[in-house]
Amino acid sequence: MHRQALTEDTFYLNLGPQHPSTHGVLRLLLRLDGERIVECQPILGYSHRGHEHMAQNRTYLQFMPNPCRMDYLSGLMYNHAYCLALERACGLEVPARAEHLRVICAELNRISSHLLWFGAYLMDLGAFTPFLYAFDDREDILAILGLATGSRLTYSYCRFGGVRDDVGQDFLEGIRAFIPKMRARLKDYDTLVTRNVIFVNRTQGVGVISPELARAHALTGPCLRASGVGYDIRKAEPYGLYPELDFDIPVRAGGDCLDRYLVRVLEIEQSLRIIEQAMARLPGGPVKATGVPQFITPPPGLYHTSYETARGHLGIFLAADGTRVPYRLKFRVPSFGNLGILPKLLPGTLVADTIAILGSMDVVMPEIDR
Amino acid sequence: MAWLSNIPATVWEGLRAFLGPLALTMIVGLLLTLGWVQVNALFLVWLERKVAGHIQLRIGPKEVGPFGLLQTLVDGVKLLGKELITPAPVSWPLFVLSPILVFAPVLVSFVVIPFGPGTQIRDLNVGLMLIFAFGGLGVLAILMGGWASNNKYALLGAIRSVAQNVAYEIPLLLSAMSVVIMAGSLSFQAIVQAQEGLWYVFCQPVAALLYLVGATAETNRAPFDIPEAESELVAGFHTEYSGMRFALFFLAEYTNMFIVASVATALFFGGWRGPFWPGPWWFLLKVYLLIFVVIWVRWTFPRLRFDQLMNFAWKYMIPIAVLNLMVTAVVLKIVR
Repeated sequence: MHRQALTEDTFYLNLGPQHPSTHGVLRLLLRLDGERIVECQPILGYSHRGHEHMAQNRTYLQFMPNPCRMDYLSGLMYNHAYCLALERACGLEVPARAEHLRVICAELNRISSHLLWFGAYLMDLGAFTPFLYAFDDREDILAILGLATGSRLTYSYCRFGGVRDDVGQDFLEGIRAFIPKMRARLKDYDTLVTRNVIFVNRTQGVGVISPELARAHALTGPCLRASGVGYDIRKAEPYGLYPELDFDIPVRAGGDCLDRYLVRVLEIEQSLRIIEQAMARLPGGPVKATGVPQFITPPPGLYHTSYETARGHLGIFLAADGTRVPYRLKFRVPSFGNLGILPKLLPGTLVADTIAILGSMDVVMPEIDR
Repeated sequence: MAWLSNIPATVWEGLRAFLGPLALTMIVGLLLTLGWVQVNALFLVWLERKVAGHIQLRIGPKEVGPFGLLQTLVDGVKLLGKELITPAPVSWPLFVLSPILVFAPVLVSFVVIPFGPGTQIRDLNVGLMLIFAFGGLGVLAILMGGWASNNKYALLGAIRSVAQNVAYEIPLLLSAMSVVIMAGSLSFQAIVQAQEGLWYVFCQPVAALLYLVGATAETNRAPFDIPEAESELVAGFHTEYSGMRFALFFLAEYTNMFIVASVATALFFGGWRGPFWPGPWWFLLKVYLLIFVVIWVRWTFPRLRFDQLMNFAWKYMIPIAVLNLMVTAVVLKIVR
């Protein structure tokens, strides 16, 4: 383990906020002994925009575009989660077709988020080519989602009690063409990356998180499941269509960077399965509930909703006071817990490992800073 | 009009008489080398971007000139026009000297590269030694640049570079030595002559492989591009360099690639030997094929970690190279 370094032998290095591998504006204050890390302190808040405060100053519908700008990589899932929270508070019923479309879009969004992570992570490790392959696949998803939602990154597709619009044939055809193409690509990634000796050497046994440590730091999502804890909101507290679908939660026991990588790649396969099932049973009918008031007003009370985004457990806590404006809307974001473990994990590793570990946690800074 | 066509010959004879044959060869050689270095770097950067593009489902540069061939030229002009930024806390004599020092040894190496039978600036009897000696100077300049930049990322990059170059020069030299034992000479002409029947890559496959891996590391190319690992160290030792100073580092890197590929061609791939075409064409073809392989590797593999890289050199490459050298020596002793 790491040697206790003499103070005069160590120096401070600011990794970020302007650094190619911190993915956004994270600053890691590292104390280094040569290339070995003695101490790490993450410094946050560079992209604080006050979303939660904004929520207290506008109606529920006016706040609709905000959640998807917190985690811009799983925007649709945030959007879905926000609508879910309000629907539960108001007791709104969502038509079956809308539920199916929501799940299809959310899982597409999960795949695109994992693909972007895949590319960026490989770039952190010095391989540039997989990045462009992943972006090629992601481009297909963005085009398909663009057909349904009209936007490519920050989607406000869901509405209270349904979705904005029904989808056309081009959307369904696009997905039918995309699924086999993505499956073929996963085989390519397996040979190009997963079985590459250099990649395995860089990630295996690096940044090992034990299940106890993972629980203690409130890790969620793929990072937790790579440590052998099979916890996923989609199974633990199912919402929407998920109880009716047949899919697995990939779990790996090692807790290192390689396992976090593998869990995400396996999740892409499971998401494809979910989309296939939802497509097969997609019913007709309306996509919006009738009788939703113009100004949605949840009865006074405290409400909590959990949601599984691409990064883990998103919790939305709503304190409603019976007006058109939330009294308090608090988001529990997955990246915060996943990042918080770094000071425990990094001491004793090398600078190159820092990048590998930080990348494997898949943090999105605007989600943490809000 | 006969007198007109005689002018070049007359000028040549005059210069020859005035300067003496040796000095004239040197001057012409220097001019040709300088020109070649530029053209080679322009071509290689274009090749790298084009190959990378096609590997990555893109098409690479295509706007400037046919197939984007002039793209690098335009980039070079842009770099020439850039301001040379010298940050306040640098130690400026070293900072300014470093890009020049990294580039100068690369030029010297051209003296002994055997493009064809007799097509060589000077056939020194210690040609191989000269290339390795001057190749070793480059790392000094990198250390100077990284140290003088007064930047922690640059310093880390420079330290990595020194450790890496020291480690990888040993297997490089040892693998070249196995060939030298077989050819019985350090002169490139003699080494290529000795590959009359059989290329050394077939009698020395281990040495050839060691040389290629070592050369990739020596030129700081991926997967051994640790000193300038952009995802870790921003830009490594040349973080603080801009404009033409940065371009000189770049130029040196691409020229170095050409030189190590030339040495590999001469040592293992029969130099200028080949049917139908004159020697220099074969030589250049082999060199660029080798460089193509190096580019291919770069755009396929992730980067090694620093300690893994050092382990690889000290624990595997050096013992294998020593063993290979010993086996070569013993077998030759028995056979001859």
